[in-house]
Amino acid sequence: MQSEIPQLAAGKATTTSMDERSKHLRRLVITALQGADRGHIGPSLSLIEILRVLYDSFLNYDPAHPRWPLRDRCILSKGHGCLALYAILADKGFFPQEELSNFCAKGAILGGNPEANKVPGVEASTGALGHGLSIGVGMALAANLQKRPSKVVVITGDGEINEGSIWEAAMSAAKHQLGNLTVVVDYNKLQSYSTTKEVLDLDPMADKWQSFGFAVQEVDGHDVNALQQVFAAIPQQSTKPNAVICHTVTGKGFPFAENDPAWHHKSYFSPEQIEKMYRALEMYP
Amino acid sequence: MRQRCLSGIYELAKTDSRVLFIGSDLGQGTLDEFRRDMPERYFMEGITEQHIIGMAAGLAMEGYIPFVNTSATFLTRRCYEQIAIDVCLHKLPVRLVGNGGGLVYAPLGPTHQATEDIAILRSLPNMTVVVPADADEMQRLMPQTATWPGPIYIRLAKGKDPIVSSDLVECKIGKAAVLREAGSVLFIANGVMVHRALMAADLLADERIGCGVINLHTVKPLDVQTLVTQAKKADIVITLEEHTTVGGMGSAVMEALVDNMHGYLPVIKRLGLPDSYISDYGSQKSALASHGLEPHHIASLAAKTLRTIN
Repeated sequence: MQSEIPQLAAGKATTTSMDERSKHLRRLVITALQGADRGHIGPSLSLIEILRVLYDSFLNYDPAHPRWPLRDRCILSKGHGCLALYAILADKGFFPQEELSNFCAKGAILGGNPEANKVPGVEASTGALGHGLSIGVGMALAANLQKRPSKVVVITGDGEINEGSIWEAAMSAAKHQLGNLTVVVDYNKLQSYSTTKEVLDLDPMADKWQSFGFAVQEVDGHDVNALQQVFAAIPQQSTKPNAVICHTVTGKGFPFAENDPAWHHKSYFSPEQIEKMYRALEMYP
Repeated sequence: MRQRCLSGIYELAKTDSRVLFIGSDLGQGTLDEFRRDMPERYFMEGITEQHIIGMAAGLAMEGYIPFVNTSATFLTRRCYEQIAIDVCLHKLPVRLVGNGGGLVYAPLGPTHQATEDIAILRSLPNMTVVVPADADEMQRLMPQTATWPGPIYIRLAKGKDPIVSSDLVECKIGKAAVLREAGSVLFIANGVMVHRALMAADLLADERIGCGVINLHTVKPLDVQTLVTQAKKADIVITLEEHTTVGGMGSAVMEALVDNMHGYLPVIKRLGLPDSYISDYGSQKSALASHGLEPHHIASLAAKTLRTIN
């Protein structure tokens, strides 16, 4: 299967513009960064629009009742992208936005990887990579057994799917015909050391998921309208699990950080650097 | 023992709709009756231990009690991170049922011998570790697994092992079973070593040496109170395990006694397997014998140690 977005599959940065809501969520990320003086910036910023669209228009949930049994489940399997998850959960009212300032502080609920028993809205504690899809398979099976309409969404990184356990889970999802399960791959083409191409090439990404029995869609992971259409196109009743490959940019929104492995994780920010982040957002087209 | 455990899972599932069975690639016909009667709760998932544990965790997060069954080595080594993070960190009621604990698969060599499983699993927070001595004990423990909070690892023995448990001694997860009150010697054993401890105690009785025997089927949480009470009566405590002496039941007992016996500590000897991979094949019995775990070895060590301290 040829990628429908060749310029993205080739690893080029998207130049997709950002509206005020996307900038607002990124400002929440900066708030958390300021508090902790550290964080996985690049891999969080590539997730913002994915999470925004999932929580704005795809997932069914109630922030006042995070454990509502009929809710949809969303697992951030790439737990290190939690800054983006915290931003959207705070924005939706799962917990007060003030908590963002306590990111990684001693005794805080928001840590450098998300924990289910601490953070309302976090379904599973993640951070060790390659775990979320198997948990999602279990949750999707449970939804079928309990005849619940709950959808299950698992967001993985691209480097994360180096893990063999992901492909074990993928085979299982197809075997059980889990049409209620969607894996969303944040394909930002960069992992900690270098590009995914250099470390362990994942292409042809779409072909891989398709051959594992998934219904595959590809999309610009920063294009809000396109993301909405892709998620809306996921069938309600299907015998195939779904894969949405989101072509994204690490550090999206901060031009100086985009596609730069040095911004995968950063510590110690000067007031000037923080100011530079805010200013970059203002200037972003 | 395995058959009794699997039957127990089937019986539990018949009355408790939360109970699921998940196998990897088990022998043909495994729990056919479960598959026939409750096919929607029977899973045979292939040789994917990492995935199976994560999937079981996902099901447990939604209220199920999955019993995951495969060979003890693959169930503990391959998917250790999934057990630690997906199951133990979330404190989920996943039951890990490991076939062929210890040296059961001696003829198959080191890849198949679960000789450090207790050490690695008991070191995980929230985990419960159970090593039944015989099939009857397995059967008594099974109903308790439905209500026990958090994960459980159940190490299965070979099967058709001598029956040493009885209805006369309380069988409860987390409670040490005192089979014989401590004399100057106290044996603490679990799994198939309980039978050997009883035989060694008989040999010592012939020499007029009083010897107690504790069946410590639950390695975690440890019944510290019973251990300390019995150890206080003894001059020598000898632990007996089908496991390396690094970090297993013997280590757990030693830690408990050192931490909790103030002012008096008996001599402690830990008998088990060496810190090495065992690859001399043969049988479980021959492997235990070649590592000094026959009853006469055990009795002899106890008598010799007693002489050195008196």
